[in-house]
Amino acid sequence: MKNVTLFGISAIALVGVFVLGSSIYTVDEVEQVIITQFGKPVGEPVTTAGLKFKTPFIQEVNPIDKRVLEWDGAPSDMPTKDKLYISVDLFARWRIVDPLQYFLRLRDERSAQSRLDDILGSETRNAVAKHELIEIIRTTKDRVPLLDTALGDVVLSSNGQGINMGALVPIEKGRKLVEQEIFKAAAEKVGVFGIELLDIRFKRINYNASVRPKIYDRMISERRQIAERFLSEGNGEAARIRGNRVRDLNKIQSEAYRQVEEIRGLADAKATEIYASAYNQSPQAVEFYEFTRTMASYPAIIGESTTIVLSTDSDLFKFLKGMSPGKE
Amino acid sequence: MPSQHDDSVTQWGSRPQSPPDIDEVIRQVGDRLKSLFAGGGSGNNSGGGFGRLFAYAILLLIALSVWSAYYTVPSDSVAVVQRFGMYLKEVPPGLHFKLPLGVDDATIVPVKRQLKQEFGFATPGARDPYQGARDGGRETQMVTGDLNAALVEWVVQYRISDPVKFLFEVREPGETLRYVSESVMREVVGDRTVDEVITIGRQEIEIEALVKMQELSTKYVMGISIDQVQLKNINPPKPVQESFNEVNQAQQSKEKLINEARREYNKVIPLAEGEKDQRIREADGYRLKRINEAEGDALRFNALFTEYQKAPEVTRRRIYIETMQDVMPRIESKVLMDDAMSGLLPLLNLNEQAERQQ
Repeated sequence: MKNVTLFGISAIALVGVFVLGSSIYTVDEVEQVIITQFGKPVGEPVTTAGLKFKTPFIQEVNPIDKRVLEWDGAPSDMPTKDKLYISVDLFARWRIVDPLQYFLRLRDERSAQSRLDDILGSETRNAVAKHELIEIIRTTKDRVPLLDTALGDVVLSSNGQGINMGALVPIEKGRKLVEQEIFKAAAEKVGVFGIELLDIRFKRINYNASVRPKIYDRMISERRQIAERFLSEGNGEAARIRGNRVRDLNKIQSEAYRQVEEIRGLADAKATEIYASAYNQSPQAVEFYEFTRTMASYPAIIGESTTIVLSTDSDLFKFLKGMSPGKE
Repeated sequence: MPSQHDDSVTQWGSRPQSPPDIDEVIRQVGDRLKSLFAGGGSGNNSGGGFGRLFAYAILLLIALSVWSAYYTVPSDSVAVVQRFGMYLKEVPPGLHFKLPLGVDDATIVPVKRQLKQEFGFATPGARDPYQGARDGGRETQMVTGDLNAALVEWVVQYRISDPVKFLFEVREPGETLRYVSESVMREVVGDRTVDEVITIGRQEIEIEALVKMQELSTKYVMGISIDQVQLKNINPPKPVQESFNEVNQAQQSKEKLINEARREYNKVIPLAEGEKDQRIREADGYRLKRINEAEGDALRFNALFTEYQKAPEVTRRRIYIETMQDVMPRIESKVLMDDAMSGLLPLLNLNEQAERQQ
């Protein structure tokens, strides 16, 4: 009897627990809930967190995320307006603003993500195809790049020679505006799913594998040209220095020659003046100088091998003829 | 939660996220109630199978409750407590108690820890799944503003500044931060020339990227504050690297060529300057010598001339004869002729002369 009572109470309690368990539910801070009855949504979505009640058994809880969700598109190759194949990787942030609509149209997130794939994918293609690559790469229109001082003279001296090293390609719109175009076009289309697109941004933009070798070739040729420039600048500067060397050397040597000759000339002139003032003081002095200087030169100009023919009339040998040659 | 984004395990690893299994809880509570009933009703029922079962159930329940009623928050973290899913409070580090059995739920968020995300490389052994690079190569490839390509590696240092926002506003804050970081870095690099990216503009890029990332993380309400952006290796793509090296080499050889030319210059010019001075000094010496000698000669001449004037004839003869005496002995062949004997052969030693000529 006791056991039967106990069993009865237990059974009632068990049923009560089941009913209770099926009629209360919790809503997390990060989610909102749609209650469905036999698969059909009932009442307003529950958007506040906490402990909630529902009709047991027949109603079902469908939690839907309330947070900002991410969408990360797979990278896909597409051509730009200038026919360059690039690989574009986009990400977007979105949230579910109309859970009922969302629930009716999409049911779960996987289908939402795939809708976003479709819509954003095609809008991206459209936008990319309408713009040149540089419009998607650059953002700030009037940015003036820093110049590498080592490469600076390369840039400056290359005016009009088709070398645009250190220069940015000019743009009209820029990345932000292109992003906004995609965003605007896509935001309208996703509205019907109860989704709000918060923003989209380009995550990665890269050259397609088939384009890359050409880009690399261009970069290589650009670098080579700079390298050649350096070499030729080096050689040119070296030649200039060698020229300076020869010029300076000649200048120094010729200056030395000039000064030396000048000094020597002045010295000779001075000496001449001194000699002249001494020897030219009177006719007698002139005559005496001639005589003494001639005498002084004899020992020098008459050597051993000289043959000399002398007359007995000469002053030296006149006495060979007699003591007084003057008297005959 | 059907999607792959199911976040029942976050990076902090301690968040049993999805709403507690209500049925379970309720059943447990119900069981407890029931067991109380049973305990009251059949307390002294010694042999009842139910009684023993209830007793075990109660013990189990108590154990479970105690086990799930306390938690510790590490000193670098805070805990965010939710009751039935609703945000309740933020809890500082230490030992804390909560309502057990899934009623309260505490998520530990390391707000004081410096976190980082690496792009293009991954430090091995990192426990944070959002830290290391995902698809290394593709992450680093970027197009610069002059349509060149560059490989950029960088690090973002950040902290969780607002745990509530971090948990409740954005579903994948860590992943979103990675997206933001990649996007911003490309935007900044896309506005610069390859030379700026690789060499001179690094610091500027770090600063601008940091500012833009901070703007976005504020706009996205991620509860994250970004402290630093640091660029690591920045390289041209592999096939191009060699040509970048060529530029460096050319720069070096330019310097070398110039230096060599300067060496030649320096080897010659100062020497020439010295030689110039030498020659000028020598010329100066010549000048002094010349003048002194001239003056000496003049003085000598004057002295001699003074005496000569006193006795010109005799002096003249003396000088003449002295000179002849000095000169004559050295001459080997001397011929003496007399005008009066013009037919006579001169006195000449022919043999001696012939011998000498051989």
